[in-house]
This record gives sequence, structure tokens and C-alpha cells, in this order.
Amino acid sequence: MSDLAIRVEKLGKRYRIGGLQPRYLTLRDSLARAVAAPFRRLAGMLRGEAYAGADLHDSIWALKEVDFEVRQGEVLGIIGRNGAGKTTLLKILSRITEPTEGYADVWGRVSSLLEVGVGFHPELTGRENIYLNGAILGMRKSEIERKRDDIVEFAEVERFIDTPMKHYSSGMQVRLAFAIAAHLEPEILLVDEVLAVGDIEFQRKCMGRMGDISREGRTVLFVSHQMNQIRRLCERCIWLHDGRVIIDGATNDVISTYEAKHSGLSSGEKRHACGDSIYRGRFLDWEIVEPTGEKPNMLETLGPVTLKTVARVNVHVHKGTHGIAIFSAENQLMWAWSIENLRLEPGVHDFVYSLPTLPLRPGVYSLLVSLYEEDELLDQWHCTPELIVATVPMTHKLDRWTGVLNIPCEFKVRPRKDV
Amino acid sequence: MGTVIESMSVAEKEENTATSALGAGSGSEKGPIRIKPTRGWASLRLGDIWQYRELLYFLTWRDIKVRYKQTIIGGAWAILQPLIAMVIFSVFFGRLLGVPSDDVPYPLFAYAGMLVWTFFANGTSFAANSLVIEANMIRKVYFPRMIMPLSSILAGLLDLAIAFVVLVGMMAIYGRGPRLEILYLPLFLLLALVTTIGVGLWLSALNVMFRDVRYAVPFLVQAWLFATPIAYPSSIISGTWRLVYGINPMAGVVEGFRWTLLGTVSRIGPMIAVSVGVAVLLLVSGAFFFRRTERIFVDVI
Repeated sequence: MSDLAIRVEKLGKRYRIGGLQPRYLTLRDSLARAVAAPFRRLAGMLRGEAYAGADLHDSIWALKEVDFEVRQGEVLGIIGRNGAGKTTLLKILSRITEPTEGYADVWGRVSSLLEVGVGFHPELTGRENIYLNGAILGMRKSEIERKRDDIVEFAEVERFIDTPMKHYSSGMQVRLAFAIAAHLEPEILLVDEVLAVGDIEFQRKCMGRMGDISREGRTVLFVSHQMNQIRRLCERCIWLHDGRVIIDGATNDVISTYEAKHSGLSSGEKRHACGDSIYRGRFLDWEIVEPTGEKPNMLETLGPVTLKTVARVNVHVHKGTHGIAIFSAENQLMWAWSIENLRLEPGVHDFVYSLPTLPLRPGVYSLLVSLYEEDELLDQWHCTPELIVATVPMTHKLDRWTGVLNIPCEFKVRPRKDV
Repeated sequence: MGTVIESMSVAEKEENTATSALGAGSGSEKGPIRIKPTRGWASLRLGDIWQYRELLYFLTWRDIKVRYKQTIIGGAWAILQPLIAMVIFSVFFGRLLGVPSDDVPYPLFAYAGMLVWTFFANGTSFAANSLVIEANMIRKVYFPRMIMPLSSILAGLLDLAIAFVVLVGMMAIYGRGPRLEILYLPLFLLLALVTTIGVGLWLSALNVMFRDVRYAVPFLVQAWLFATPIAYPSSIISGTWRLVYGINPMAGVVEGFRWTLLGTVSRIGPMIAVSVGVAVLLLVSGAFFFRRTERIFVDVI
């Protein structure tokens, strides 16, 4: 009848947020309000309004007049900075929250990797949790039974399958959760950035699984800040900004417009625009300081390099940990480094990294930076724009001998005279 | 050509939405699921719950498995709760105060009441907290939310069955054989279930909005216990007042239980009729209230 998988029309979602509390002038007034408030809230509740607080009238549109269609088998990327409405969109499509206006038609079972491990109970065994979690995700009992062995194998938890979940390491729990989600076989898969969870090896497995799903002709909506991932997996992409679709088109066009927009802003403004004092810490910007080139995100040398990231912290950091990592387009970790026991005063800081060389092959790389205070994550940022390496490749002539590193090699033949 | 086909497919779609055979399982061959704002008083969409019956089963099963984990005596709690209450009531009300018990030995009288009361008290308390405790699930997955309070109530049926075995033992000890009226027992069980679900739906939905409910429920349950003829028979209330008393649906449930099992002689028919009416009203209003507020659960939980 139709080869559409999703049709979204004039979709909007309004959240009510905290406004200014009116001043209570008299005790009698405030008592009267205190008595009336629950009733007002109840009345609002019956009208179907979601209040984040008791007496509030301000609202924001997390999504507004969003229109798009997705064909069956298409892999659609969704980009946009934090708070652009990406997650809200996925939540509406997975029916977790209702839209305020407009509608979305969805053909087939929707599942999202948002929901990994939902309903896991620590007292139940791995096997029992597979059934429970599977049912929560909408699998039939017969379906779970059929896939159980595959799930266990995928998660690599064969030996512990009859052990209560509370004895699992967090890595094992995540693997089992992902394994169940990955075997759902939905017609439409929604993927948020949760893929950042878990170890690299497992991430690769999951990305592979996602690739399989899209090759099987299923529809995927993929939300990510990693432009590389989007480029690799999606032919089409939409850019959400303040709840609206800015561009909908071929991935490369959309991403280059997105990146151009972002690098056009002056230093510190990029993420500053949305990062204000409510954040305890926030990465604002990054650039290649030395050598200066045509663009601040393009590396053209195999010589010494100096990188800089800019971070604002709004709290005293006493035992900070800062990490930086570079991933290839295939999401292979190329290099990572961290420093511990970092002390930072509130304010804006430049983190400067000097490297003798960054021997990467030409291509697009994503930078990931993070800042923790003790064990608490202050901010993590997939840097935009991404790092473009435009060096001369030093490599073997045959493609199958293309390696990971790009190291210049001086070569000489010295005939030996003494033989 | 395009417009004709389009308008046809829209009509088909509306029909599909109306029959609301929606949910996780529908394949791509069927029409689409339309996700749109619910306006006004939403329909109950009981079909959705039917479609998610396996989830209801698994969650009930989980609640049963987990309820007494890490306790020393485990499922014995199902027996101990009504048993201890029975002992206390027998000592204070039966022995010291000499409360009448409709010509039934007082311990048997109290236990039969406590048995079904424990189901109601635990069911409503667990249901009231069910949504808040599983907030994480509600934030991440779609399913008919009503399944949450329902499963915590249904899990209590096993406790009821275990405690019932003790009642059978006590009846044997006191030399009370089964009576023909026992055939009505399932009906009163149903009435208990209807009442518990009705109250549970109201409390669980309210608790999402007002966490005060969580603190109020223990007091509510305690007050309700004394408003229900467990320690005393309803026969001490005279004439028309008993009809008013029937507004407490648990009064009908408890007296009905005793009548079917122990043959307490007191004309309880009209009172039970009132209880049935109130219980049905609680269930229907609770279900609609729940559905009405369900749409904002995730935004406020």
C-alpha cells in the first residue's frame, strides 16, 4: 500500500516549565494558595497538561511544526545540538510521550536503543531477565524462546545465565541489555547516542548490528553528535534546531551546512549559546593552535601539533579527571589520553595539548573530550566541527595493506662492502 | 490519481486507528499506528491491555518472585500477616472486650476477614507505588501503564491462596465443613479484586502527581481497616445504617466471605448490593481517571 515507514506532520510538543512564582503578600494569601494549589494542579492534570511544578504558566516548544517522511529501509540521521528536540522526537515516535499537536504515522514495530535494560531486576537471573525485558520491549514469549540462545551468545554471558543479575559486572549487564535490544527485529529502529555506553569492542558489535538491520531493509533513525557515524550510516539527514527542522537532505550537504554554521561562530560562542550557568561544566570549543592552517579543524602536517579545547566550569574542581580521545570514521579508537587530579577554579580554561606528531591517515576523525569531578561527569563533548586530517598518505601501494597509522618513512639501501 | 489513492488510504487509516488494534506487535502489512494527542476523556483502550497480556503475566510473575527475596521466611509472610493480626484481634477484641462474632469462634471469624483484607491492603499499597517505583520504565518504554498497578495487585492473589490454605486448616480444627454457599466464593473474590483495582488505579495515578499519596496510604489503609467489619461483625450496626455501611465496598467483601465460608447468619444482601455498586463505580471511575491522566505521567513522574 505504501512504502513509507514514518510520516510526521506538524508535530509539536510543548512542555510547561517553571516560571516566576508570584509573591505571596500575606499569610492568608499564601495559605489560600497552598490550599488551592493541589486542586488547580489536579484540574490541570485532568486537562492533560504536564506541569513541572505547582503553579506555572511558562512553556517551551521542544518540537514545533516538524514535518518529514521516512521510507522503508531508509537510514535517517538526525543532528542538532543538545536541546534541539532530537530526544523528544524519538520519545514521541516510540510513544513514550504524547505530542501536543500534529501527528505521526508509524508503520510497524518501533523499538529504540533508549530502552536497553529497562525492567532488569537484580534479584532475577540473567535468563529470567531476558524474558522480562523481552516482554517489556514487546516481544512475544515464543519469540523470546526462539532467540534466547542467540542473545546469550551475543552478550557473552553463557556461564552466568542462571546467576542473579546483581552479581553481574556493569559491563555484563550492559552487554545483556544490548543483546536483547539488538534481537528485537523491529521494523523501525530508533538509535540515540547510548552507543557511547559499553566498551569499544562491544560498541563496534552494536554498530555492526545496526548496519545489519539497515541492510535487512529495516528503517533506522539515528541520532548522534558524531558526524562521522552519521556520514557512514545515513544517506539522508535532518538538522533539528530549537525544535524545528532546519534542513532535510543528503547527509553530506546537511552536515557541511551544519558544520559551516558552527565554525562560523566566534570562539566560545558555539556551545556557549546553550551552555549557561546551569551547567557545572561545559566544553565550549576546540581548535588546532599550531600549525595554523586554512581552517582551525584541519590538520595538514605530520610535524608537531598543538591542540586546544576550551572549557567553562562553574564549580570548584578539586579532583578532576580530563580525557581526550580520537576516533576514526569506523569508530575505532585511535588515541586517548587522560590526566587526573586536576584542580580548576570556576571560569573559562584553555586545555592545551602538545604532540610531537599526530600520525593519522587522511580522513575525518571525531574528537571526544570529557571532564569529571571525582566520579561525576561534568561534561562530555563530541567536538564539532570534526577533525579533518589532510596530510599526504604514507602507505603501501596495495589497498589491502592500508594501515591505521600514517608515519613518514625515510628509506635508504646501504650495500655492505665487507661481505 | 494520487489524490484518490491518498484519500482512500487516509480513510483506511482512520479505521485502523479506531479499532485500535495497535501496539507493539502489529506488522508493517497492517495500517500505520497514528500517534497523536489524546483530547478529552480518552477511551479505556482495553484492547491494548489485551495485546500486552504477556507483559502483564511477566510483571506479575516478577512481583511474585521478587516480593519475598532476601527475606528469611519468604512466602510465610503471606500467612503471618493475617495470622498475627488475627491473634492480636482475638486477644484484645475477642477475649478482653468480648466483641461478638456471629456465633463463629472468634479466631476463625477474624482470620476469614483478615485474609481478604490483607489482599486488599497489600494490593492497594503496592499498586499506589507501582508507577513511581518503575518511573525508569515509564520514561523509556511504551506499554499501557495500567499494567503496572494491575500486576502488583494480581501478584497478591498467590499470597491470598497461600493464606487460604491456613483458613481451610483452621476450619477443620474448629470442625466447620464446607457449605453449599462456597459456590458464591468466586463472586466475592471478584468483588475484592474489583475494589482493589478500583482503589489501586486511583491511588497510583494520584501518586504520580502528588507524592503525598505515598505517605497518606498507610493511614488510609489503617483507618479503612477499622471501618471494615473485621474485628467486629456488621450485625452490630442496625437497620438502614447497614446500607450506609455498605458504601465501604470492603464491608460487602468481608461479610460475603464469611457468609460463604462460615455461614454467618445476618441479612447482608442489601448491604452487599450497595457494596457491589460502589466497587463498580470505583473501578470505572478509577480506570477513566487513570487513562485521563496517563498521557502526562512521563512528563511529571
